Amino acid sequence: MTMAKQPILEIRNLHVSVNHTPILRGIDLVIHHGEVHAIMGPNGSGKSTLCYVLAGREGYTITEGQVLYDGKNLLAMSPEERAQAGLFLAFQYPVEIPGVGNMYFLRTALNAIRKHRGLEPIDAMDFLQLVREKAKLVGIDERLLKRSVNEGFSGGEKKRNEVLQMAILEPTLAILDETDSGLDIDALRIVADGVNALRNDQHAVLAITHYQRLLEYLVPDYVHVLIGGQIVCSGGPELAAELERRGYAELGSQVTAVVQ
Amino acid sequence: MPTSTAKIEEIVSREYQHGFYTPIEEETVPAGLNEDIVRLISAKKNEPQWLTEWRLKAYRHWLTMREPTWQNVRYQPIDYDAIHYYSAPKMKKQPKSLDEVDPELLRTYEKLGIPLREQELLAGVAVDAVFDSVSVATTFKEKLAEHGVIFCSFSEAVQNYPELVRRYLGTVVPYSDNFFAALNSAVFSDGSFCFVPKGVRCPMELSTYFRINAAKTGQFERTLIVAEEGAYVSYLEGCTAPMRDENQLHAAVVELIALEGAEIKYSTVQNWYPGDKEGRGGIYNFVTKRGICLGRRSKISWTQVETGSAITWKYPSVILRGDESVGEFYSVALTNHYQQADTGTKMIHLGRGTRSTILSKAISAGHGQNSYRGLVKVMRGAERARNYTQCDSLLIGDRCGAHTFPYMEVRNSSAIVEHEATTSKISEEQLFYCQSRGISLEDAVSMIVSGFCRQVFQELPMEFAVEAHKLMGVSLEGAIG
Ligand SMILES: Nc1ncnc2c1ncn2[C@@H]1O[C@H](COP(=O)(O)OP(=O)(O)OP(=O)(O)O)[C@@H](O)[C@H]1O
Ligand SMILES: [Mg+2]
Repeated sequence: MTMAKQPILEIRNLHVSVNHTPILRGIDLVIHHGEVHAIMGPNGSGKSTLCYVLAGREGYTITEGQVLYDGKNLLAMSPEERAQAGLFLAFQYPVEIPGVGNMYFLRTALNAIRKHRGLEPIDAMDFLQLVREKAKLVGIDERLLKRSVNEGFSGGEKKRNEVLQMAILEPTLAILDETDSGLDIDALRIVADGVNALRNDQHAVLAITHYQRLLEYLVPDYVHVLIGGQIVCSGGPELAAELERRGYAELGSQVTAVVQ
Repeated sequence: MPTSTAKIEEIVSREYQHGFYTPIEEETVPAGLNEDIVRLISAKKNEPQWLTEWRLKAYRHWLTMREPTWQNVRYQPIDYDAIHYYSAPKMKKQPKSLDEVDPELLRTYEKLGIPLREQELLAGVAVDAVFDSVSVATTFKEKLAEHGVIFCSFSEAVQNYPELVRRYLGTVVPYSDNFFAALNSAVFSDGSFCFVPKGVRCPMELSTYFRINAAKTGQFERTLIVAEEGAYVSYLEGCTAPMRDENQLHAAVVELIALEGAEIKYSTVQNWYPGDKEGRGGIYNFVTKRGICLGRRSKISWTQVETGSAITWKYPSVILRGDESVGEFYSVALTNHYQQADTGTKMIHLGRGTRSTILSKAISAGHGQNSYRGLVKVMRGAERARNYTQCDSLLIGDRCGAHTFPYMEVRNSSAIVEHEATTSKISEEQLFYCQSRGISLEDAVSMIVSGFCRQVFQELPMEFAVEAHKLMGVSLEGAIG
């Protein structure tokens, strides 16, 4: 199919600084519809930075390079435009919004995205049904839906709530920033199921993780290793297993030698 | 610098919606204040001798007083001789029904979203509409009368129920209480009167809508609400004014009296003209509001949403005299541009087992300055009195300010008084989180602010919650539910 050949995301030689400190130093990454990519890498290597830049957070300076989303200049779009165009970031540290009901938040988000697609706001009853169904799917206690967004949620509950949002918003490109960290085994499978449910030739996933375990449930098409703000090697699922065995240190030193 | 800060400030800088002026012929007394003016106002209202005397005593006392200066606000000195103390739309006689009310006035209230024709009104709300110095209409009077509830303009109450007015007027806020209360007592022109007899649960929300229209006039209204033993009433107050370059003075007095087992719930959405972006014009709002829980187990609850006025000086208070009586104060105060608010409450615990709750949410944007000032006083006899105070401030931008001045005087060792305070900035993280879900920055700000105010909005009656949300730039679906 020719559709499948069109990349959803094209990152070309992306350099990003924070407060004049270079964090990302020349990232190249192409993701096509239907693909699942995983990025692994040590703490502080720039994984979350990449996620935030893709989602449009302020405070990052693009010093070089470009990013195309569905052929359009992603970096020129506001965060909400990116979301409306089908990009979704599951946060490594989901944010608490006191006083704002979780259900209300979800509905506002869904309606904003529907509006962009030229759809009417979802009917209240239909929405309720949709949320119930998805909540069951991701194993979220319905009581959490009645509380304020992420307020007082346990670490795992926050992650599940991110997956719930993803399931409801049905993004074209889902970016998961360590959504598996802090999850129990069952939840891990649920996250993977959630992602796999999205998996068809219309959708793509970029999953950041430290653990191979997630990748056993969520078999990626490609695995990339990010060290020091650069993708130092890429491969198939077997690369994750190798990393688990040998660690970044060894791989890192090998690669540093190559780079320098 | 984060670009969103500028955008957020733009978002909170909405135009004032109610700034129009109604061209209507008004009768205005000459500017300035002296005993003749006080007598003239009293004569225009055909008041009994005792009330004229009371006004004069108040006026003479006022002459001995100084304007307070302890509040954390700055403003140009008020020239009390430049103010017109009485202004009223010309009416041949007091209208008997709405058909006799000047259509221009009815249109004004319609424009403000307060239709006065009963069939058009929200079914559950009776309205007293006060235009400059006089009440122009009170709705649902007959229906309320069936339940023995008196709801009318203050002037009518003086004519029709003089003994009731005389018994209670000035018992909670004496004319000597403070500078602005003394001024009000001398020149008050109208306001609302409400009396709910023993054992009656008022069948609908009562509300007064204050409108300042004439230029260079002050508005001095007076509200008196009495709930007898076991009675219940929920009362709402709303207000707006035209946009003008000069400042106008509003100095109201509200007195609430709750007898044994009675409950009064008083809600305000204050939206006086706040002045323009440069801080020109706007209402000076110097208001004395106080209730007394006279009887056992009585309850008075103040809820206020303060978004308007150039200066707000207002401390709705409760004197907890009856044993086990309850006082509550829920407040949202928003200051933007050059608005300044110094607002809070006083809870005076006299009776045994009295309880009070204070919840204050202050939002500052632009150059707005917001001060919470509260006093919790537990007198010697107030065994096991309890107070819980929470003051939260939210800052939008970095040129605004939030201040907290909590005072506590505890003279009974069995009392428990708790105070918590927080100050936070609207967080970039929260905004980004909302935006990353497709929600516009504008809606995200509204959502977060409204979430911040949620606990207070929940205390408002439904109709007012709608208004409050709109004022905050939020649709009703927002924080409720
Ligand atoms: N606002 C900032 N100011 C200064 N340094 C920053 C800022 N944001 C990120 N950094 C630095 O950039 C580097 C990359 O951070 P990032 O959060 O992207 O790492 P990560 O790969 O996601 O790590 P982890 O596995 O721990 O989540 C770190 O050294 C971090 O300290
Ligand atoms: Mg990270």
